[in-house]
Amino acid sequence: MIEMKNVYKKYPNGITAINGLDVTIDQGEFVYVVGPSGAGKSTFIKMIYREELPTKGTVKVGEFDLMNLKNKKIPFLRRHVGVVFQDFKLLPRLTVYENVAYAMQVVNRNPKQIQKRSLEVLDLVGLKHKARMFPNELSGGEQQRVAIARAIANMPRVLIADEPTGNLDPETAWGIMDLLEEINNQGTTIIMATHNSEIVNRVRHRVLAVENGRIARDQERGEYGYEN
Amino acid sequence: MKIRTAGRHIKESFKSIIRNGWMTFAAVSAVAITLLLVGSLIALLMNVNKLASDVEEDVSVRVYVATGTEEEEREALRSELEGIDNVDTIEYSSREDELDNVMGSYGEEFGLFEGDDNPLHDVFILNTTEPELTSEVAEEAAAIGPVVDDVNYGGAEADRLFEIMETVRNIGAVIIIALIFTAIFLISNTIRITIFSRRTEIEIMKLVGATNWFIRWPFLIEGALIGFVGALIPVSIISYLYLSGFDTLMGYLSGTYFGLLPPNPFLIQIVALLLTIGVVIGSIGSSLSIRKFLKV
Repeated sequence: MIEMKNVYKKYPNGITAINGLDVTIDQGEFVYVVGPSGAGKSTFIKMIYREELPTKGTVKVGEFDLMNLKNKKIPFLRRHVGVVFQDFKLLPRLTVYENVAYAMQVVNRNPKQIQKRSLEVLDLVGLKHKARMFPNELSGGEQQRVAIARAIANMPRVLIADEPTGNLDPETAWGIMDLLEEINNQGTTIIMATHNSEIVNRVRHRVLAVENGRIARDQERGEYGYEN
Repeated sequence: MKIRTAGRHIKESFKSIIRNGWMTFAAVSAVAITLLLVGSLIALLMNVNKLASDVEEDVSVRVYVATGTEEEEREALRSELEGIDNVDTIEYSSREDELDNVMGSYGEEFGLFEGDDNPLHDVFILNTTEPELTSEVAEEAAAIGPVVDDVNYGGAEADRLFEIMETVRNIGAVIIIALIFTAIFLISNTIRITIFSRRTEIEIMKLVGATNWFIRWPFLIEGALIGFVGALIPVSIISYLYLSGFDTLMGYLSGTYFGLLPPNPFLIQIVALLLTIGVVIGSIGSSLSIRKFLKV
């Protein structure tokens, strides 16, 4: 499903973030991406939804060949890859409902479907009753749930979560994990970058440790493996 | 584009205008003030230009007929003057008419000279097709012969006037062009600032898979609306002032050769120009401004 071969990424400022990375992730997997700060985790994740273009190598996501993907086609890739950010990135001027609906308007779905699916995903994340509120009226955990609802609204095959629990208290973080598990059970691939050793050690999944721009460890049902 | 999508873009742009209330207000006022300046200066300069032309048109060649010329010779002179290139109209003013003019300007005492004592000449007044050709026409008229006593067109003074008017006109054109560019710059800059505060919004749109045009349309419509509303304010102020000023000033100017540009079509042209600048700059400005943020 996601395939990276011999990937290098050198930024214009001379920093080499990814240095010969190889990895294959199958459809339906749940993968943790761990590693020290500055090791290339973020770059690795950004290359999946083409926010960053590798300097060389092969990156394939589904039928998209990212090395030869025209700029005009990038939006269509992103419709198959939902992204959840640590800082949520909700549109502040849109209500919770509109934030979720927006991702579907972009794909030109018909209004009836949009309404149905928006309420469906808001129900899944447990925020149907707050649909008319604005993001700044919600708690951090609730905003993260909205971000997840938006990311899965278009039923992407891959959901990328970049430190989704980074800004949340432990209890809320576990709620988010339950939600991600549930989405994963419906067949969506989940790639989650995290620094949360407790979560990685308790809810065992495949662990990819990124160090010095390479996969240093690739372990099924692995441990977090770093001192916190 | 599907109608549903177009409707969505229009709805989005209105929504954004309302939700970004203060930004909209700032942008609309910037457009309004700039266009008010541009519009009133254009109105002023175009009228100065019009006055300059009026002054020029007022310059004519006076051909004095020698005293004692018979009527036949005078008519021959008329046809000869008609034959000169670039002569537009010929008017005849007899010595009696001339004396009446003098009496009208300087007083009834000149009535003493009425009848055979009249020292004035019969005059042909020539208007040229182009004001700049006045001196040429005057020279040709003077060369006709003894029937012509003298030719007068203000000579050096008129030449100097033409020069000044030409300069006034050129400076006016430069100022107008500079002002339009200033307007373009100011308006698109204001819109750029409005959009800059929403760059995260654009970034998020890109990340959830919106195409560039899907993001651009609402901004484009919003820019056009801001430009249009911003232009309406100076348009109404200028129209009101020009229409009321026109009547008053034309009252003072009646009986002279001078006049302001009539509101139809002049005012309509200015209104159209300001609205066009507002809408075009508004929409182009906003779509240029978001270009940078679309590269995510």
